[in-house]
Amino acid sequence: MKNKYDVLVIGGGPAGALAAKTAVEEGLSACLVEKRPAIGAPVRCAEGIGKEALHEFAEPDPRWISAVMTGASIVAPDGFSMKLESHLAGNKVGYILDRKFFDRELVWKAAEAGADIAIKSRASSPIIEKGHVKGAKIESCGSVKNVTADVVIAADGVESKFSRWCGIDTTVPVREIMSSVQYVMADIDIDPHSTVFYLGNEVAPEGYLWIFPKGERSANVGIGISGKKSGEGHRAKDYLDRFVKKTFPRGKPIEYIAGGVSVCRPLDCTVSDGLIIAGDAARVVDPLTGGGIYNGMYTGRLAAKVATECIGKGDVSKNALMVYDTTWRASKMGKAIERNYHIKEYLIKQPDSKLNEIIHSVSKINLKEFTTLSLIKEIISINPKLMLELGALAASIS
Amino acid sequence: MLKVHRDICGYCGCCVSVCPEGALELIDAYLCVEENCTSCGICAKVCPLGALEVADEK
Ligand SMILES: Cc1cc2nc3c(=O)[nH]c(=O)nc-3n(C[C@H](O)[C@H](O)[C@H](O)COP(=O)(O)OP(=O)(O)OC[C@H]3O[C@@H](n4cnc5c(N)ncnc54)[C@H](O)[C@@H]3O)c2cc1C
Ligand code: SF4
Ligand code: SF4
Repeated sequence: MKNKYDVLVIGGGPAGALAAKTAVEEGLSACLVEKRPAIGAPVRCAEGIGKEALHEFAEPDPRWISAVMTGASIVAPDGFSMKLESHLAGNKVGYILDRKFFDRELVWKAAEAGADIAIKSRASSPIIEKGHVKGAKIESCGSVKNVTADVVIAADGVESKFSRWCGIDTTVPVREIMSSVQYVMADIDIDPHSTVFYLGNEVAPEGYLWIFPKGERSANVGIGISGKKSGEGHRAKDYLDRFVKKTFPRGKPIEYIAGGVSVCRPLDCTVSDGLIIAGDAARVVDPLTGGGIYNGMYTGRLAAKVATECIGKGDVSKNALMVYDTTWRASKMGKAIERNYHIKEYLIKQPDSKLNEIIHSVSKINLKEFTTLSLIKEIISINPKLMLELGALAASIS
Repeated sequence: MLKVHRDICGYCGCCVSVCPEGALELIDAYLCVEENCTSCGICAKVCPLGALEVADEK
């Protein structure tokens, strides 16, 4: 690690890795710091990603693809299951990654492209001069070093402390944190090519429970519930244990992880003087699905591109970096976040009886495109009265 | 005072994201509670594992 770089990236997740890789590919010098001693571990993810989304960044590699998905099921609160299938029979719709290897591969690529990587190195405070972020103090295996940079990209995940230290409030509202737990379970009976989502207030209040296959008889079995619904005796772990005991009494957990996923609106502004915020740190997770791998990679790459342009022009002020903020908000990703935020807000207010009604109205859907948007469109076409309930939101869907 | 049950904590960072004071910091697998903690209990509520407890001061 040197004392000065064009770009300093904080965090070695998908957002940070893409930021560091893109920065060096664009001709800048870059260093990525990750506070944990290993990239990608422990995993904090159910590892699902859509086919198109992944292909935008990498060709699938068997080393980090655990399973290929061809369909999905949604289980209503009353236990009724609706099957989603791809329009083209046998078509791949998504993947379950092995993020220990996937994240590592992304950071490898950044390193090979020329970025410096420092692990077990934590940004412990920003260097700020006249309100301008100029770098960070890095605590690395017992030594402390000031690293300066023209632009700092904060990709420090759900914790998002760095931006907070720079004066930006990144606090996630209690009702909008998905308090999550997951087991990787072995020796269970599953459909190895279909994800399953369970909805309902008994199963996962204001969230959902998932089974994401990792192999023929193995899966990520996890749950996220609203922080508002969490408390002593009714935490995410209590709900998950109850489900697992009932559904997979003989399953064997081989990994146990916890996590938090923000399902709030993105930060009001994701740049500051000398600072760009990317990935979960910017709260750009899809509020409906809780998916943030793609959004992290997308914003990480964009952050580095904008940093390159601004450094080239000699202006890294908030004003100049603002292009980053406006670009992602106007992108397909930004629009999906906004739309899915409203859909989420609608869905969490529905009683189980309404969810049952919606899911019963369709037992099988054949989607042309395997996206939440096409699913919602299909459901609305079968339940036109939903259109009225969704009000203004309906316009953005049709 | 906020107590961290380290045998339960899965060092996931969920609590860090909701603390209005920014009083929690994860140093790899070690959750630190800083002096500005107000014992509001928000973090203890959302922890998926139940590793946090606001204990009465003696
Ligand atoms: C239980 C669960 C299930 C999920 N399931 C899915 C899913 O199926 N599909 C999907 O797309 N998304 C899923 N997500 C969301 C997804 O994991 C995140 O959106 C994604 O990892 C975001 O990438 P990131 O790079 O922004 O942050 P992260 O991957 O969290 O990386 C941030 C990194 O920054 C490091 N860091 C933090 N602070 C500092 C510091 N001060 N100094 C140095 N390093 C620091 C952290 O150690 C971490 O490694 C899930 C999340 C959880 C918790
Ligand atoms: S939310 Fe709970 S398990 Fe996660 S880091 Fe905080 S105390 Fe530990
Ligand atoms: S008790 Fe309140 S102030 Fe203290 S760490 Fe938890 S959320 Fe922050």
